[in-house]
Amino acid sequence: MDDELKGAIRKVLPDVDCVIGWGPGPDPLRSAPFFMRKPEEVDAFVVGPLAVNNPAVFLPEYKGKKVGIVVKGCDSRSVVQQIAEGLVKREEVVIIGFPCSGVVDIQKIAAQLGQDIEPGMVTSLSISSDKLTVNVKDTAKTMDMADVRADKCASCQYPNAVVSDEFVGTPKEGKTDDYADLAAFEEKSIDERFAFWEQEMSRCIRCYACRNACPLCVCRDHCVATSREPHWLNQADSTREKLFFQLIHATHLAGRCTGCGECSRACPVGIPVGLFKRTMTRAAARLFDYQAGTNAETVPPLQTFATEEPTIKEREW
Amino acid sequence: MPGNKFLATADVAAWLGELSKTMRVFAPRNEGQAVVYREFDAAKGLELRRKPTESAKHALFPRSEELLSFSYLRPAFGAPEKEGETPSDVSQVQVKMPVEPMPTVVFGMLGCDAGSVTTFDPIYDGSKFKDVYYLKKRQATVFIVRACAEVLSTCFCNWVGGDPANTKNADVLATELSDGWLLQPVTERGEKALTSPLLKDAPAASEGQATAIHDNARKSLGDAPNLEGIDAALFSLFADNDFWQRQSAGCLACGTCTYLCPTCHCFSITDETSARNGVRLRSWDTCMASLYTLEASGHNPRSLKAARLRNRVGHKFAYFLRNNDGQISCCGCGRCIKSCPSSVDIRQIVKDALVQAASIAPPPPPQPVAPAAASPKPAAPVKGKGRTKEKANG
Ligand code: SF4
Ligand code: SF4
Ligand code: SF4
Ligand code: SF4
Repeated sequence: MDDELKGAIRKVLPDVDCVIGWGPGPDPLRSAPFFMRKPEEVDAFVVGPLAVNNPAVFLPEYKGKKVGIVVKGCDSRSVVQQIAEGLVKREEVVIIGFPCSGVVDIQKIAAQLGQDIEPGMVTSLSISSDKLTVNVKDTAKTMDMADVRADKCASCQYPNAVVSDEFVGTPKEGKTDDYADLAAFEEKSIDERFAFWEQEMSRCIRCYACRNACPLCVCRDHCVATSREPHWLNQADSTREKLFFQLIHATHLAGRCTGCGECSRACPVGIPVGLFKRTMTRAAARLFDYQAGTNAETVPPLQTFATEEPTIKEREW
Repeated sequence: MPGNKFLATADVAAWLGELSKTMRVFAPRNEGQAVVYREFDAAKGLELRRKPTESAKHALFPRSEELLSFSYLRPAFGAPEKEGETPSDVSQVQVKMPVEPMPTVVFGMLGCDAGSVTTFDPIYDGSKFKDVYYLKKRQATVFIVRACAEVLSTCFCNWVGGDPANTKNADVLATELSDGWLLQPVTERGEKALTSPLLKDAPAASEGQATAIHDNARKSLGDAPNLEGIDAALFSLFADNDFWQRQSAGCLACGTCTYLCPTCHCFSITDETSARNGVRLRSWDTCMASLYTLEASGHNPRSLKAARLRNRVGHKFAYFLRNNDGQISCCGCGRCIKSCPSSVDIRQIVKDALVQAASIAPPPPPQPVAPAAASPKPAAPVKGKGRTKEKANG
């Protein structure tokens, strides 16, 4: 599939400013966002379980230019949502899709490696369809892909690009999402959940990688988190303020979040901030029968008004 | 060597507990999937093998620090005026200074982390400006540096004058041997910190064992490229927008790299008020954020992330050098590479800059790194004083 994808990228290249995808990263376990402008640059294109980053985050920067983008299923939902919200123009993006078999979660690889081996000690790796083998110094360690795949992949409903101009490969069957992870979390009492978040948020360094990695978070340079005029958020190094920001972020993403998982992945100290948004996503599905990133013709429920919401019984109750 | 001490593995927690009675003890521990420096708590454990996700700089430079607190004496809104009260009475402000810092020990910081101090000292304890908040903490803090037995693929301290068993700015060098820690005092302050009866005189052979561990780590770092002329190269690329746009294409302009970096030292100041009381806070700021350079007029000289990444790299590998005797203000810890959500690699940018600069100009003549006068003229836009001196006199 790699070669076919490279072919599709080369085909699109003459019509666009660049094609965004994945290229070699700084260590064997990571790829990096990759911006291809010349056909020979396409040789280094990388796809597969290491194509972790969501390239859609860069699209709004290219407003006014036509760009190509290679997308996993989840990434394509971000693009669809960006189009639905007018952040990206459909005619300014050429979407190249492929059937995705899931990506790795480097933290899960770290957990498999055990306490004494860090991901940064891995010198090389090889991947087969269901196994991942890493070499650390002279020893090899093999793990099941199922154990190191990102959580979102286990409940991925759209492994193929939702919308694409070029599609390479045979579409895959999607899975269902029953929000079992949320249900499990909600078995804890309110006090336990609050204690969990207090503990987690206490190590937040307020770097806002969670915000900037989000393809739908577009205020960034004007974010309430740091704006001076007006001065909304206290800058104290306190759990309260950090949690406050997450609640703002989650409400701003309510009904918009497509569950790409980038916010959690980007967090340098491993805070599962995506959970907040997942709660809102489930609420949007239940309340408004809306699933972000699946149809570019719709308007997110909180950006519009309907006299009768299909799932909310407003009368005769 | 006399003065060398040995701490049995089983006694580490007991010793830190003992120190905690009179001092603030920072030590690394696991929290979630991260390794962070926290005040020691025996119940929460220690992590002395994995490399800490964050640096230890907050021991000297807290994420947000109270510079002073204040309260307005004017009555609360709607309260009746007091008889005889004049407008100047009610506009008075009472200012309180924060309490003195506690004596502190940072146990198990990495050699590269100690590098932060090399960058912080000339700024916060400079010849022109002395920052009392920093100075007091600096004077009250003992650094116990832990030598690295293992290095990560992102480590490159040897490129920038560092070492896995770095003793620069350290008070004690700690090396983990098979059954405990060899503690080698580096300064008098370090020696004074090693008085507990839990610490035994180190056996004669332990120093050799430690040296073998240090040498092994050094070897696994591999060869360092020659970075000579990197400052001139970066100055010559200042206006090469295409270069910086390519380098920054994948950057998300977040604060991860700068906030995890042991040597980044920028801050902003805000007054946080609630009703009549408030605190003046100095909080970490990042040159990767647009707000960092936003001027009151609304103009932003670094509105694009390309200019911001140029600043981060330029500050570490060019501007700081010119003002500080050739000292590179990156200690090669690799945190910005390891934790960057977009895999931006500062090593690659530095190498690319050398190649790019060489391709547009003949290589700069060999020169002493330090005095700015001996260096070729920086490209026009950086010349002005205000530009080369980043926030906080960097
Ligand atoms: S909030 Fe998180 S999961 Fe949702 S779209 Fe943004 S980055 Fe993706
Ligand atoms: S990415 Fe993590 S550490 Fe950074 S602001 Fe978000 S939650 Fe905090
Ligand atoms: S280089 Fe990486 S960590 Fe730094 S601002 Fe850019 S995306 Fe964030
Ligand atoms: S710039 Fe990166 S490698 Fe250098 S000291 Fe800072 S975090 Fe470490």
